[in-house]
Amino acid sequence: MPMKISNEQFKERVSKGIHDDFMRGAVSSAQDGMGVKRRIAAEELGNWEDWRSHGEEIRQHVLENLDYYLEQLSNNVAKRGGHVFFAQTKEEANDYIRGIVREKQAKKIVKSKSMVTEEISLNHVLEQEGCEVIETDLGEYILQIDDHDPPSHIVVPALHKNKEQIRDVFTEKLGYTKTSKPEELAAHAREKLRQEYLTADIGITGCNFAVAETGSFSLVTNEGNADLVTALPKTQITVMGMERIVPTFEEMEVLVSLLTRSAVGQKLTSYITVLTGPKEELNVDGPEEFHLVIVDNGRSNILGGEFQSVLQCIRCAACVNACPVYRHVGGHSYGSIYAGPIGAVLSPLLGGYDEFKELPYASSLCGACTEVCPVKIPLHNLLLKHREVIVEKEGKAPISEKLAMKAFGLGAASPTLYKIGSKLAPTAMSPFKDGDKISKGPGPLKAWTEIREFPAPNKERFRDWFKNREEGGK
Amino acid sequence: MTGTIQNREVFLNKIASQLGRTRITAPIERPTWKFRPQDEVLKGATQDELVEVLKEQCKKIHTTFYSTDKDQLSSLLDEVVSGYGGGPIVTWKDKRFADWGLDPLMKQEWPEKEMDVYEWDYTRGSENIAKAEQANVGITISEITLAESGTVVLFSDENKGRTVSFLPTTYIALIPKSSIVPRMTQAAQKMRQIHEETGHVASCINFITGPSNSADIELNLVVGVHGPVKATYIVINDL
Repeated sequence: MPMKISNEQFKERVSKGIHDDFMRGAVSSAQDGMGVKRRIAAEELGNWEDWRSHGEEIRQHVLENLDYYLEQLSNNVAKRGGHVFFAQTKEEANDYIRGIVREKQAKKIVKSKSMVTEEISLNHVLEQEGCEVIETDLGEYILQIDDHDPPSHIVVPALHKNKEQIRDVFTEKLGYTKTSKPEELAAHAREKLRQEYLTADIGITGCNFAVAETGSFSLVTNEGNADLVTALPKTQITVMGMERIVPTFEEMEVLVSLLTRSAVGQKLTSYITVLTGPKEELNVDGPEEFHLVIVDNGRSNILGGEFQSVLQCIRCAACVNACPVYRHVGGHSYGSIYAGPIGAVLSPLLGGYDEFKELPYASSLCGACTEVCPVKIPLHNLLLKHREVIVEKEGKAPISEKLAMKAFGLGAASPTLYKIGSKLAPTAMSPFKDGDKISKGPGPLKAWTEIREFPAPNKERFRDWFKNREEGGK
Repeated sequence: MTGTIQNREVFLNKIASQLGRTRITAPIERPTWKFRPQDEVLKGATQDELVEVLKEQCKKIHTTFYSTDKDQLSSLLDEVVSGYGGGPIVTWKDKRFADWGLDPLMKQEWPEKEMDVYEWDYTRGSENIAKAEQANVGITISEITLAESGTVVLFSDENKGRTVSFLPTTYIALIPKSSIVPRMTQAAQKMRQIHEETGHVASCINFITGPSNSADIELNLVVGVHGPVKATYIVINDL
């Protein structure tokens, strides 16, 4: 799946999201549940602000010295017999991985959840090679067997689906015969996937944090699927975004703690696995061959500029869970695999303003995202910066905003025009009125009134009311 | 055998140039961080206090908790395994089982009850994985145990297969009381220390916190997805 997940216009995507009642309910309860768990997990430490500051200082230090740490990492991976490939573009990354697939004549590939492999459309490339690619994270597995439905949340990818929909997909695609109970569905997936792990030729993972000092990397899951992906196939390929690195185990530990508390409110998730190189001599399980693919794909262009701090991100989705806009429109509305506030900042940087220029406007700038970010990325300030760039340098303000601003500018600039406008409004709007509300607004109001009602213009304008009051009326 | 590194120079040069400088060549000392909140967690707690924290945390991670003296360990372990429905059983090859008086149970009593007990043996290659996959119970020993999160830490080697803790339907971790530390911070320090002293890191270090689980279906927690569906920790008083 490429980073861009829809060819529909932003407004059409939002409209679909707004009208999907199940999805909106699921997102609200996910935000409430995960938000509360995150807050408890943060507050119980008693010094959460110090933790955030520590996370921030580690991430900033790494970004400032990124070339050094990547060099150290690659040397240490090679020392342990692993192969390292630096890919500046997604094409380079995919070509390298394709080469391994051909060399191994691989037919079956198991994967554990990885956003960067989604970003470079790796599955598509592997399928073109004739491979069967199996996502092993339960949420991703559900989406995959449902004809590649796109993810709607970084941590809970199938959040937009209810259990009946999942049962129907299992029945149709896997010959499932039981009920929609999550336990029974999960047990069926367990049984199916066990056989896949045992017979796969290659295991592919992402990387939560690489450790420069030892050439290690860590994987964080609750299901433990990454453990089987890395323990059973003979060849392992790990794909990492180039910024996902720390100096030593000690910094890794801090960031893992921040990640699990911020993402799911757990002190640690059930499985945190730290892997170094291929398996050692005499070991039975683990891969014989290990490849680390380090991906730039537009990240280096962010370094050294005003958006550098977005590379501090550890992909916890705390900002997504806190965002009031995400709550209403859902993940698919963003049209990117990266949704929510982090997606609105990152997608235009990695995918370009042409594709994602609306996303920085999908925010009320309330700052809830910035407040919860465990590594202190000033997300809402970065959204504002995007808007500045879009308007000033790119000249690409969304057309409706331009028109609205123009009209408001014109109407509000002249007191006479403003007076006429606001006087005319009650009459002009009367065909659309339903009591005191406008529920089917014309023109620019349509987008708003499709979602909610707009208060009808008062018969008595504030100006008139004030004038009356001054003159002794009530 | 040393691995290959491809495309590195142009990649790293681009990073340095974006950062407005030349490549860093001199070693960077590990910074002295301004903040160290991790040292404050369970600071100064005694070993008994840490056991209590671990016990409480087990309630949150769907894990059964026991603590025992060495002389009671064998009968307790037998009870837990029976509760899980008996064999087949797979274990690491580790002399600590004998040190703790478990040989009579593992090598006589269980086989006499026709329970299949398999000890990891690297000379038998992939048979080990088949045994682990068929096992009902996997038993390993925790090297470092994190009280705060209820986590056992395992280091793989030729006698300690990665999949013993993972493929069987249920999992039992034996925890020496002396292995319990406040949190992941102390484990990370220990891992660095081992690396500094021996120049080596185990190819797989597992931090395991209870049985596997998922909330991917309507955010309902399902315990037991890819790995074990049930887990028990047994703290052994070795102090």
